Parts: sequence; C-alpha cells; structure tokens
Amino acid sequence: MSNARLMQGNEACAEGALAAGVRFFAGYPITPSTEIAEIMAEKLPLLGGTFIQMEDEIGSMAAVIGASLTGAKALTATSGPGFSLKQENIGFAIATEVPCVVVDVQRAGPSTGLPTSPAQADVMQARWGTHGDHPAIVLSPASVQECYELTVQAFNFAEEFRTAVIMLMDEVIGHLREKVELRENLAVVDRKKPSVPPDRYIPYVNDESRIPAMANFGEGYRYHVTGLTHGENGLPTGKPEVAGKFLQRLTHKLDPYLDRIQRWEEVELSDAELVIVAYGCTARPVREALGAARREGLKVGLFRPITIWPFPSGEIAKLGGRKFLVPEMNSGQLVGEVERIFGPKNIHRYNRIDGELITPGEILEKIREVMA
Amino acid sequence: MFSEISEYFRTEALPHIWCPGCGIGTVMQALVRAIKTLQLDQNNIVVVSGIGCSSRMTGYLDFNTLHSTHGRALAFATGIKAAKPELDVFVVMGDGDAAAIGGNHFIHAARRNIDLTVIVINNSIYGMTGGQSSPLTPHDKRATTSPYGNLERPLQLLAVAEAAGATYGARATAYHNQLLTKVIIDAYNNPGFSVVEAVSQCPVSYGRRNKFKTPADMLRWQKEHGIMKGRQEIGDEEFLIGEIFRAQAAEYTREYEKLRQRLQGGER
Repeated sequence: MSNARLMQGNEACAEGALAAGVRFFAGYPITPSTEIAEIMAEKLPLLGGTFIQMEDEIGSMAAVIGASLTGAKALTATSGPGFSLKQENIGFAIATEVPCVVVDVQRAGPSTGLPTSPAQADVMQARWGTHGDHPAIVLSPASVQECYELTVQAFNFAEEFRTAVIMLMDEVIGHLREKVELRENLAVVDRKKPSVPPDRYIPYVNDESRIPAMANFGEGYRYHVTGLTHGENGLPTGKPEVAGKFLQRLTHKLDPYLDRIQRWEEVELSDAELVIVAYGCTARPVREALGAARREGLKVGLFRPITIWPFPSGEIAKLGGRKFLVPEMNSGQLVGEVERIFGPKNIHRYNRIDGELITPGEILEKIREVMA
Repeated sequence: MFSEISEYFRTEALPHIWCPGCGIGTVMQALVRAIKTLQLDQNNIVVVSGIGCSSRMTGYLDFNTLHSTHGRALAFATGIKAAKPELDVFVVMGDGDAAAIGGNHFIHAARRNIDLTVIVINNSIYGMTGGQSSPLTPHDKRATTSPYGNLERPLQLLAVAEAAGATYGARATAYHNQLLTKVIIDAYNNPGFSVVEAVSQCPVSYGRRNKFKTPADMLRWQKEHGIMKGRQEIGDEEFLIGEIFRAQAAEYTREYEKLRQRLQGGER
C-alpha cells in the first residue's frame, strides 16, 4: 500500500520528526508554524512521548535542550520573532553540543513584519543569529516531500554531529498542500554513546572525529554541561590554550563531513550559460520559468542549495565562467555567498520584499534581461 | 572539605570562585548534606543552574550538572524532568537570575507544579557583575545601580510562588544552615514545585555598601532578623524562616503519565 498523502508542509515536517524518532516537543504558538506544535500535542503522548507548551519561545528552546540531555530526540518550531528569541539558547545547544532541531517557518520581517506573508529573510540569522563563532547546519526544503525527508535528515545531522540543526522553511512551503510519500525506510541516526566506562569517559574529548560521544543524564556518566568555554572534561576554563583548542574543534567540527552534509539539486546545468541559484519557495517559480526560457532557446539552469549552510561553495565554484542570477524573497542574502566565490561581476539579483511571491513571469523576464 | 560529603564534589574543579565571606558555599554544603541524608542515587541526580555567582555551584558538584543560560534554569529543568521524570532534579539560582530575567519561568514552573526542588540563593544583589540592584534588593539599600538607595520594593518571592501554584515554600539563611538542610529535605520530599529561599550574604558587593563591616556582621544580621515562623509580630527588616507554606495539587509529570496511559488504553 502506498503511503501517499495530501498534506501541508508543516504537517509533513511533524511527520518527519516522528519518523526520525522525536519524542519531545516544546513550543509556543506563532503563525505560520503552529500546526507543527498542534500535531505534536496530539501525537506525542500516544507514542509515549512528551509535548509541552512553554511560557515563551526562550523557555521552549531551553526545555528542548534539557530533554535532549536525557536522551530524547527533541524538536521546537517557530517563526521570525520567535526565532529571534531562541537565539541565545540555540548558541547554548551548539556550544554544549546538545543535539536538537529548530524549525523556523520564515515570515516577512523585520520585527512583527507582515504577519504572515512569506519571506526568506532569515537566511543570515539562521547562520549568524546567535553570538560568537560557531558551526551551522541549515536545511531549506522546497516541497512538502522535502519537509518530510529533510526533517528526518535534520535529526540525523543533529544526532551525528551533536549540534542544533535549523530547518529553514518558509510560509509558502509550510502551508502548501501537495502530495507527499511518507517513506518508512529512511535511515535514522542516533547519537554516538560512550564506549568506555564512566571513570574513563571524557565528555568533550578532542579526537580525530571532532564529535565526542554523548552520555545521557541518568545513565551513570556524571559530567558537567556549561555554556562557558570548557576543556575536554567539560569544566569551565579561562586558559587560552584550552579555550583555543576547544573553539578550534567546535568551529571546525563539520569540516571533515562537508561532502555528506552539503546537498543540492542541479537542473539543466550542463549547457547553461545562466545559472539561477534559488532555494526554498523561490525555486518553484524558477523551475517553471526554466521550461519557458528553454523553449525560447535560452540556455538556463538551476542550482538549488538544499543545505544552505554550510553553503555548497565548492560545487558552485565549478560553474565558473557563466552568468548567475540569484532571486530571493529578501533584499539579497545568499547572493553574497555566490559573490564571495566569483566577485560581483556577472552576478545578478532579483529581490522581492513586499510579502508577495516571485512569479515565474518575473523570473522569465529577468532571464531575458540578463541574457540579452 | 568535610570528608563525609567529599564524594559529592568534583575536587578537581576546586577551589571555588566565590569571594571570602560569601554565603553560597554554605548553601552548597546544606544542599549536599540534604542529598546525603536523603540517600539519593548520585547518578540519578541532576542539578541545573542559571548564570551568576550562585550558578557556578553546578561545576563543583559531582552529579549530572547543567550550567544553563541566565534566568532559564527552570525552563531547562522543566525539559529534563518532563522528558525523564524518574530523575531527581534540583535547581539552583540567584535572586536576579530567578526573580528578574527568570521571573516568567518561575511563575509558570510553579503553576505547573512540576516536581523540581528549587533553591533561590538570595544575597540581595547581582554579585558577579559587581553589585547592581536586583528585584530582591531591599528598599533604600545601596547598589551600584541604585547609588542613592533602591527606590523599588523587593519582590516577595515565596508569596509569588504560592500564588502561582507551588506546593512547598520555605526560607532559611546561611546562618541557619541546619534549618536550611532540613527545609531542602522537606522540599525534595514534596512531590511538586518546591521553593527554598536561602538568604545569603555578599560582603563584597552588598555588605560594604550597606554598613556591614565584616561577613560576620552579615551572618549576625541573619541570626537576629530571621524569625522562626509562628511568632505573630514581625519587626522592621525581620523575615520569617522555616516552612512558609505547603499545599496539595496535582503534579505535572504524573498527570502527563496518566494521560499517556489513558491514551494508550484507547481513550481519547
């Protein structure tokens, strides 16, 4: 029997979380992400898990980290203003290396903004929203199917690499209804547990893997978790040589794994003279416009980053010598990463920040202009 | 270090950072003595703290310890307890941590009556940042941010806890440290949100701005102003110590477990 269903992006995200083994959700109501919390409230107690509606966004992020420390796969979901509030504790999860997933269903900002028109303006916040140097994994789904599959992937990355992973959705994808296949055979990854007895456990060991094994609270491995810069034993330190070693590992912990983390989709790139770099909801009108452009004989292709952080710069660098167009529902955020590779020459932008979608017609017109 | 409680400490993390004459170490000892008396399994204990002088305590204690973010200790602890209710969860906060930036979490953790044993170390000041006034700084007292005396009134933290739905509240002081151990034991034994206000001294940031010449003067002040509950008249600057309130209410994690079982039995 097929598992094909018609559902919303937010629903598919919740289903993906459950498929990944999520058993804890803490959240606070905010449009356009609330459906995820509502589904979790209904389903988690049925599965022996826990849903809790916290008093605010900050507390939700804190509760998720606390739950994860006990071994539960834990999720929270929010949107713009709530994502801002969560930033300090997202940094705590990254620094203390506690796996968790934060869904941000982007809406138009800044501040309360245009509730709840779509936007893609949290791209840089997802990368740099919390203070200090830190690694980031941010995934950007462009369909309901991807909401399901990438949420599983987000948890796999969170567990394997011991970090907070951001599912950067947007209002369009979150509320879009389309067919989704709830595949059950997706690989599910769990955090690496200590292989040594407690007296030999080094909670933040700095070894080749760069990812320490994680003991859960209550399993006999008593250790200290602190947002203060800490040594391998987990205890705070002010010593530059210890702090430096920790921060080097933390900020570069994903480097050996980039090949596995970075994902993207390529459409008709082999002969493309113009490469459109688009992600999330904006990739959809681009896909539509590609067909029309090709029929006009315009050699255009799409590069769609699925992992937007770490940005797949290496892959895009291989496309040197061509023109680029980066349409975004913000005033130009990810385009900067393309410019970082090639410089600003031949990099074109198309931006909408009025809460309206970019249409295939607008993209087609821009393609014609750039290729003229 | 007293040998009978040394097993509960990470001796490699000592000496502690607290100033000479500080009362936080006394409160830490009372907590550890309570845990020893209760004969709890060290592996099953989680101690969560926020940010500030008091919150450094978790680094020294040999349990599962979490030194979280400023004001958020109760929210982290709520996640821990809700996800794994069999853990014994203690929360240590300072007065600024618990009552100012963490005030919202304090109210709502009390409202849920979630089974946490909470110790608020009240030294009337922000110590780590150098002596700014907190919501528990008494009226007229001096701090670096109230150099002419505190215009504001202090929050009655235990009254807030009771009104919000906590089911146990007590107060003791660094001077009355045996009482402090006893009320921490009682707080642990109460199946719900239990708050102990531990009145403590900060000689460096509070005492020297408020006419306390020595740490001993501050302990003497605690001795003379902490009045065992039961006396009718409370004088100026005096405060009640002992068990302040106790109530009956459903506990959050037990209610949630009942819900799971009801649903798994097919009921909706």
